[in-house]
Amino acid sequence: MADINEYPEALRDVMEMFEDIDEHGRAEILLDYSSRFQEVPSYIAQRPFPEDHRVQRCESEAYVFTEPNADDGVNFYFAVENPQGVSAKALAAILQESLMGEKAETIKAIPHDIVFRLFGKRISMGKGEGLLGMVALLKYFADLTQKEQKSE
Amino acid sequence: MSNSGYAHPDALVSTEWVAQHLNDPAVRIVESNEDPLLYASGHIPGAIQIDWVTDLNDQIRRDYLDRKSFESLLSKHGISNNTKVIFYGDKNNWWACYAFWVFQLFGHANAAIMNGGRLKWVEEQRPLTKEVPHYPTSTYHAQERSDYKIRAFRDQVLSHVNGHLPLIDVRSPGEFKGELTHMPDYPQEGALRAGHIPGAKSIPWSKAVQPDGTFKLPDDLKALYEQDNGFAPSQNIITYCRIGERSAHTWFVLTYLLGYPTVRNYDGSWTEWGNSVGVPIEK
Repeated sequence: MADINEYPEALRDVMEMFEDIDEHGRAEILLDYSSRFQEVPSYIAQRPFPEDHRVQRCESEAYVFTEPNADDGVNFYFAVENPQGVSAKALAAILQESLMGEKAETIKAIPHDIVFRLFGKRISMGKGEGLLGMVALLKYFADLTQKEQKSE
Repeated sequence: MSNSGYAHPDALVSTEWVAQHLNDPAVRIVESNEDPLLYASGHIPGAIQIDWVTDLNDQIRRDYLDRKSFESLLSKHGISNNTKVIFYGDKNNWWACYAFWVFQLFGHANAAIMNGGRLKWVEEQRPLTKEVPHYPTSTYHAQERSDYKIRAFRDQVLSHVNGHLPLIDVRSPGEFKGELTHMPDYPQEGALRAGHIPGAKSIPWSKAVQPDGTFKLPDDLKALYEQDNGFAPSQNIITYCRIGERSAHTWFVLTYLLGYPTVRNYDGSWTEWGNSVGVPIEK
């Protein structure tokens, strides 16, 4: 497991909430985040969403989008097409509420164990891979957005 | 919708049937999901949750629970040998079929799948609750786990391949073809090699369901497996996917909806085959 201090500062408070939590408390917090999920605005992307923004092997049909902001940071958004994709929505809301607009370096520094810290060890391999895929695709597009910013 | 035309119509119940049996003491409704948050977000009133990771698997070895653990699990939820157990869940009942399959390893034949699963129940705006029910413990006597009739192991699959017997790969076409993404840091599917077991035919599990999540009608299922892909009830068939959950769905379709008597689910599936040394692989 990554040390909690390896997490970007903006994420650390959230991650600390999940330290030593019981399964009931974990579900309550995650469902609360899930209920606050906001879908990608239509000026960024509209259905049908492009396949190259789709998280592969995520059964919740999640998509990731990014745009540069005026502070050399990255704004990012998600769509989750599966109406039962509550875990995907919870992860999306946590990332957005914590890291929206941050520099690409910060987004790319999200430790790989975030999914297991948030969702616990009960998460299935397929589900875990799908959620990790959301983080991986976010990092990929954050990196791409930053490179495009620098080349302009 | 009537279940007539399916080989074992008692293995399937409708959402309406479940709605009429919410308070039936002879029935226990079981939700089994991939997403661990769904049950907590609301479930069918009176439904218990059985989790495939924590409830159905041995916590040390890669294997299922043993007879004593199965008896304890069912006793804890007040399920007796005579209880009719109805499974439902997310992903068009992947995990419901998987739990149903594990129950059959212990011979609990009085069981059925709720056609359409959780999504159909929700879309019909039927009631959901966050209240977790507690039932008085029961006495349950299970048979020893039978790993021979409906479960296949790696060496048996290898013999199957060498004997040119039929296999069905129910994963997505991309997984079947062994296409891997090359995006840096992108998680792979937990296997060192990609592709499929030689001789397997690709019939993704999803082809057996209709857009509303219910199973296709009998004639459509026959057309899919028999006319389009050449399978027949007399064959000895093994199904597989990545860990055996999607293939449990196809196992259920072939066994209970089409009445094939000899279908086994290879739960080691690609996470075992694709990591095994020396086994043949096709792309």
